Amino acid sequence: MELNRLAELVPTGACLALPVDYAGVSMAMTLPLIRHGGDDLHLVCVPTGGLQVDMLIGAGKVRLVETSAVSLGEAGGAPCFNRAVRDGAIDLRDATCPAIHAGLLAAQKGAPFTAMRGLIGTDVLANRPDWRVIDNPFGTGGDPVALIPPIVPDVAIFHCPVADRLGNVWIGRRRELAAMAYAAKLTIVTVERISDRPLLETEEMAAGTLPALYVDEIAVAPKGARPYGLWGEYGPDTAELKRYAAAARSTEGFADYMTAIVGEMA
Amino acid sequence: MSSALTTPPDAPPSTAPATPRETLIYTIAGLLRGIRHVAVGASSPIPAAGAMLCRALAERDGDPRVRLSILGSVQHNFFTNGSVELFDCAGQGRIDAFFLGGGQIDGRGNVNLVGAGPYPQSKVRWPGSFGSAYLYFTVPRVILFREEHSPRVLVDKVDFISAPGVSEEGVYRTGGPKALLTSMALFDFDPGRPGFRLRSIHPGHDLSEVRAATGFTFQADDSPAVTPPPDAETLALLRGRVLGELSETYPAFADTLRAETAEAGALQKEEALHK
Repeated sequence: MELNRLAELVPTGACLALPVDYAGVSMAMTLPLIRHGGDDLHLVCVPTGGLQVDMLIGAGKVRLVETSAVSLGEAGGAPCFNRAVRDGAIDLRDATCPAIHAGLLAAQKGAPFTAMRGLIGTDVLANRPDWRVIDNPFGTGGDPVALIPPIVPDVAIFHCPVADRLGNVWIGRRRELAAMAYAAKLTIVTVERISDRPLLETEEMAAGTLPALYVDEIAVAPKGARPYGLWGEYGPDTAELKRYAAAARSTEGFADYMTAIVGEMA
Repeated sequence: MSSALTTPPDAPPSTAPATPRETLIYTIAGLLRGIRHVAVGASSPIPAAGAMLCRALAERDGDPRVRLSILGSVQHNFFTNGSVELFDCAGQGRIDAFFLGGGQIDGRGNVNLVGAGPYPQSKVRWPGSFGSAYLYFTVPRVILFREEHSPRVLVDKVDFISAPGVSEEGVYRTGGPKALLTSMALFDFDPGRPGFRLRSIHPGHDLSEVRAATGFTFQADDSPAVTPPPDAETLALLRGRVLGELSETYPAFADTLRAETAEAGALQKEEALHK
């Protein structure tokens, strides 16, 4: 199956960027990643994580989570993430949303860092030895500023409504998807459908198009964001998210839930 | 005043007394008075309702237009540059007010969204700091809102500082906490001390109850004010136009508010019968 082949492009130890729950999560890639992708993953949540991140953690695929938050939104806390934190089973790089964006921006520009306000005096900063603080070199002394180094994902994976036959992908106003692709070494996109009409043909579509230059692999996966929604296409299945949240409260419940969805896919 | 604003499309709004949640919404609208742009996080129906009421009141009174950005909403979110745009806006001073909750909030205004117990192996882990470590520094009027008023939430000292209430001199800071609102009381934040001062207690609660439920020390008058409920005209606006707007983004919560109002109305009738 095509998605399994794409999952094999994610090697053990890879830094994998995944988008926030409303931006276009490629849930269709979750099971292929669990069964055919590498282990010991370093997840970068852009800028927060949800169901997909929780499932990968629950399946034991994750070594490190770099994120501003992990939750199931309306369905509550992320059970496997919370359990892994409590058990010390994963390493954490707690961040804040704009710091994740700052890291991706540095990578996008090929710059050594992005400077950002905020953070000074927080325990977020205190627990990030990979970040630095310098005095604003343009100031008159003092004025500490946090520096965020580039986040360069080995792979970025997300889901969109449509791609064309030239490999361009329509991301609409979800610019965080472009930020991920600009920064990543390899970008995998699943889509609802392929359009015969080139996306760059009209200005209206071109404005929301991520050019093929930044896209390495595309596969069709109808309803590929479910149970999350996909903007302009379908809404989230909140009842299913709640069902997962309840099931995954125990490791056994999580295992049963995953076995059941594998069965549904077969 | 335009009657079109206060009359809902179907039935006239209930005249039952304000419910505790309606008083919270009205209080939030008051805390926001005078702002131009307020951002509300996802899954925050009460702050969203307060912001919508603030916008409706500004319109009614001919005050400058209030812009409202509700994250995760399609109808009330005008950002087109991805999730970074909120932070870029805030960094430039384009956002006047924002809401923060917190698993723990302490007496110095520090907020913890990460977890209880020693970090990183938190005994109870919460989602994470989200944008708080930035927005608390850059949004001038941050309102701390948490319905639960208990010693486990309002602690003496947070276990993890997602965002600090105050910063050392020389740290760039245009924002910070202005007030703390719970289901029991409203506090103002004084960055000079730093600390909270009780402004008012909501109807049905008293000072000893507030003290017992608060894990940090705070300043208070011997007989603190009672949080004022909305007047009849404002209540009609809230139950009409605002509830209608709220239903678009938070349908389930809007239904809950309607049910609470109906219950208050039934109780009022029953009490009138017994008089």
